[in-house]
Amino acid sequence: MQPVNAIELRNVTKTFGSVVANNNVSLTIRKGEILSLLGENGSGKTTLMNMLAGIYFPDSGQIFVNGREVTIRSPKDSFDLKIGMIHQHFKLVDGFTAAENIVLGLKEKGRFDRKAISRQIKDISAKYGFDLDPEKKIYDMAVSEKQTVEIIKVLYRGADILILDEPTAVLTPQETEKLFAVLRNMKADGKAIVIITHKLGEVMAISDRVAVLRKGEYIATLETKDTNPQQLTERMVGHAVTLNIDRPKPWNPQQRLEVNHLTCLDHQGVKVLNDISFSAMGGEILGIAGIAGSGQRELCEAIAGLYPVHQGEILYHSRKDESIENLVDKSPMAIRDLGISLAFVPEDRLGMGLVGSMGMTGNMMLKSYDKGSGFFTDAKPPRTLAQEIKDKLEVVTPSINTPVRKLSGGNVQKVLVGREIASGPAVLMAAYPVRGLDIHSSYTIYHLLNEQKSKGVAVIYVGEDLDVLLELCDRILVLCAGKVSGIADGRTVTKEEIGLMMTQTGEELTHD
Amino acid sequence: MTDKHQEPLIRLAKRSDLSRGKKWAIRLGAILLALVVGSLFIAVLGHNPIAVYRDLLSGAVGGPSATRATVRVAIPLLGAALAIAPAFKMKFWNIGAEGQIMVGAIAATYFALFWYDKLPKPVLLLVMALVSLIAGGIWGFLPAFCKAKWGTNETLFTLMLNYIALGIEAYLQNGPWKDPKGTGFPIIAMFDQNARLPKVGGIHIGWIVVLALTVGMFLYLRYSKHGYEITVVGESQRTARYAGMNVSKIIMRTMVLSGAIAGLMGFLVVSGADYTLNTGTSGGVGFTAIIVAWLAHLNPFAMVLIAGLLSILSKGSNTIQTNFKIPASAADVLSAIILFFMLGCEFFINYRLIFRTSKRNPAPAAHVPDEQNDPKKEDRDLG
Amino acid sequence: MDNLINFLTAGILAATPLLFGVLGETLTEKSGNLNLGVEGMMFMGAIAGILGPYYYEKAGGTNPYLALVIALLCALLCAGLGALIFSVLTITLRANQNVTGLALTMFGTGFANYFGEAVGNSDPSGFLSVSTGVKGIFNNPIFPESLANLPVVGKLFFSHNFMVYLAVILALLLAYFLGHTRTGLNLRAVGESPATADAAGINVTLYKYLATCVGGAMTGLGGLYLSMNAAAGVGGAWVYNCVNGYGWLAVALVIFAVWNPKRALWCSLIFGGLACMRYYYPISFIPASIYDIVPYIVTAVVLVVVSLKHSRSNQPPESLGLSYFREER
Repeated sequence: MQPVNAIELRNVTKTFGSVVANNNVSLTIRKGEILSLLGENGSGKTTLMNMLAGIYFPDSGQIFVNGREVTIRSPKDSFDLKIGMIHQHFKLVDGFTAAENIVLGLKEKGRFDRKAISRQIKDISAKYGFDLDPEKKIYDMAVSEKQTVEIIKVLYRGADILILDEPTAVLTPQETEKLFAVLRNMKADGKAIVIITHKLGEVMAISDRVAVLRKGEYIATLETKDTNPQQLTERMVGHAVTLNIDRPKPWNPQQRLEVNHLTCLDHQGVKVLNDISFSAMGGEILGIAGIAGSGQRELCEAIAGLYPVHQGEILYHSRKDESIENLVDKSPMAIRDLGISLAFVPEDRLGMGLVGSMGMTGNMMLKSYDKGSGFFTDAKPPRTLAQEIKDKLEVVTPSINTPVRKLSGGNVQKVLVGREIASGPAVLMAAYPVRGLDIHSSYTIYHLLNEQKSKGVAVIYVGEDLDVLLELCDRILVLCAGKVSGIADGRTVTKEEIGLMMTQTGEELTHD
Repeated sequence: MTDKHQEPLIRLAKRSDLSRGKKWAIRLGAILLALVVGSLFIAVLGHNPIAVYRDLLSGAVGGPSATRATVRVAIPLLGAALAIAPAFKMKFWNIGAEGQIMVGAIAATYFALFWYDKLPKPVLLLVMALVSLIAGGIWGFLPAFCKAKWGTNETLFTLMLNYIALGIEAYLQNGPWKDPKGTGFPIIAMFDQNARLPKVGGIHIGWIVVLALTVGMFLYLRYSKHGYEITVVGESQRTARYAGMNVSKIIMRTMVLSGAIAGLMGFLVVSGADYTLNTGTSGGVGFTAIIVAWLAHLNPFAMVLIAGLLSILSKGSNTIQTNFKIPASAADVLSAIILFFMLGCEFFINYRLIFRTSKRNPAPAAHVPDEQNDPKKEDRDLG
Repeated sequence: MDNLINFLTAGILAATPLLFGVLGETLTEKSGNLNLGVEGMMFMGAIAGILGPYYYEKAGGTNPYLALVIALLCALLCAGLGALIFSVLTITLRANQNVTGLALTMFGTGFANYFGEAVGNSDPSGFLSVSTGVKGIFNNPIFPESLANLPVVGKLFFSHNFMVYLAVILALLLAYFLGHTRTGLNLRAVGESPATADAAGINVTLYKYLATCVGGAMTGLGGLYLSMNAAAGVGGAWVYNCVNGYGWLAVALVIFAVWNPKRALWCSLIFGGLACMRYYYPISFIPASIYDIVPYIVTAVVLVVVSLKHSRSNQPPESLGLSYFREER
């Protein structure tokens, strides 16, 4: 009997308004293989797979599952075809237990027997090598546990075709290894697996074949063993690129920011930052690594005067003279009034850094609208600045008055970073500044950060991609559960060492 | 999953911006449709809707005295809508204009009843205006304070304050402020001439006040620093904090302003139109004003038109009550139907429906806007 | 002691319409829809619930039980229709839930007063009212008098009309449904995270429509109670503006009861008690018009107190008040 493809896509097209997310894409997924779907951010990988998951409906094209043409109109149709997708942003109900999330939406007969469900979940866990407590609430879980819930959720539904969207983005190298082991178990079990990724190392490590998408177009499918990272990058980006990020030598490093024994509490009184101490130097890039939710956000916000500090001090060493200011308990306005220029590119660009409904002009005023003594705002300087940034950073927008919400991710980030840099900062904090950006835009951002570094600015870069952190940063501070588990030299430390520090606090390390 | 290869019946897509004219054409169409649906309610009672609508219109604007009466209805309605605008812009759901109007009216009434013979007219009127502003401001401040400090649900809080204000009025009317000459009925005495607003063009000068407020509110929201802050807070409180704004202060300040303007409307009603205070002083104006503000998309100038339209309905409904014995609640029903249709029509302004029958078009060859370098087609090696 | 028992009994009667409102709104909000139109839907239930039996009797009907069924159906359908308008506007057409709810309140209030007055005017008596037989069903105890005559418990538990017990049963059923069935679990997921529910294969739109319409219909029973029960009004005759803020109290009580139908039982009882306390425990220095607004003052205070507490398990459904559109990008 001729082997049938698990899935075949033929000439699938999907548009959003005037944006073509997928144009005429054809692709096959075989049974018992791991296929990498490779492409930059914005290349349409997730959109394509969402059409298999029933989240989107294609404008045109055909989908075949096990050789039969099908219509997938909803996630329900997708389950019935034994397709399961693990989304990048986990689709879990926080207030529910793992078990409740796993059985959600299932139409099983009989009464709602929680015990039987727990038993089944434990069986699946044992079969593939997971470790999960079915009665644990999602909000009490670490990211990797949530991912486990997601995977078991699709297995519980009997999925034979698994699609994982950027599954390693939130994992440490060690957790990634564990996940890959599980995926290999599933492959051996005859399941078809797709992993969506833009990380070449992972493609080479786990997949049998790799399909490349670029700007919504299907480019090629290659046997992994016949290709190499350089070739894949060229296929992915469309032209030859050097994958190296510049790292100029620190320029006259001087202490700028000194954080001593910083402790912060959340609403429930839990320590989200626990006795943090470090220094950020002018003229260098300090990287901050850690599993998502280890205190990165709180640290940046505490420094910016946006998160209440329980204990400790944040000292600012002036660039001009020897004076030192403690920033603790000062509002952003008060810090600005001291003449200290702290630039902060927050993780949530449209929900915190920018006002989505305003144009570039309105957004340029965000931190300076109250300048001058009049009752009315002065729109002239921000308009000039908006125009400057638009020209210099090549922001693609119909007009500087177009609501920034309507711009693409890369352009939104350029507007935000452009404004923050324009303030001539002494300290620049950037939280996940390249998340969701394509390679071209990412490199623009790296370049801007290096430019600031060479101007003597103390740059703090919070990142999730360890490869980038290792190439860009002079020193890397690793956070684990709100504590500093180590500060490493970016030029000598290895990925595995950082990964280890991400899961263990400093004290535990010393006992090893 | 179905075995038949079928596309969903209707799909949606975001519409790229419609022209201004088309947008307003859709909205106007929605109003007309609402009037058609509203005519069903009239027809159910056995009347000819066209005759009723005609009488409604002529009762509202068919002659100078009718028109003046309609404008008198429109004054507090427009004013209250202007009061609500900054709060709604901040996404603070102030549905307490009703109570804010009432406490403003109560404060003004106090001076009208007990100080009319002690102060010269201009001073008395200014004092009445001032205390109505203060009282309304306090009534707006309470929910704002609790919202800013503890995140208390403002929708329900402002609503409860309406009932509380009404209860206070009932108490005053039944007790301390009861007119001794009122032959036993619990009513409050008519104001002295001294406490009545002067007229300009046959209508009390409140109309000038609200028109000035319209322009002022437009400038305030569009060009002032406060207006900028209100917009940012309404969009995202996190962004506002990030920008260094004192969000609590802005919420409280804006609500004091909102309450104060509503309170001033209470003064205009008692001193300009009714010359007394009773449980009907705010008369649902605070609620109708929400409709006015929302339908106008919080644009003060558009509010003038919408307030005019709803005032015609309201005034005209009195006429049809007399002529046809149609209950005056018809105005509420019609206003609500208009609002339903206006709320619904926004969807057709923002989205396009794609029906299955329409043959699939080849995708328009647009580029992803982010990309600058053109994608060069590569030969495809299908795996 | 007698006064206390009389007071509690009256409190139970006054709590019943609130309880219907709270339960209906709880079900609605569990689906993520914040329907502020409870007041309006109660009005719609109130007027339809009285118009149904009125016309039945006008047409010569004399069976009070059939009139009862007609009243229940009319109240459920009419209030459900109000909720359907809300659903179409907010779920399908994605209108703002706050404003749509306010519009529904305005519509329902106008609708009820419009027909109440118009039909009353057209009746020879000048009133819109039903026969004593129908009134009796809504006001008479359902248990035999011997039970109601038991000391203390008799009056408290066995002296009420059927609507009281119906409301309590409804509360228990709703609690079971939300906590112990798959459909209830799915519904809660829709309110917490529609995107998650959608990805899990749950028909989000259908769930929202059903929960909102069924919830709205339930609030209509509260309205019916208000127009039919003598303790709440005249009983069996239309009174202008008879709902008078009960719908809004119900919306506030949902917060007080932290979206829990069992807690709704005693929260409603407290407020029912507050509403009629002045007749049993008059306080000489508090004037009647001020005593009347005590429930509203207490509600305002409760809103503040509830907002002071932050606990993880007592939060509103996470997506409350937000529209959901799968293909949003």
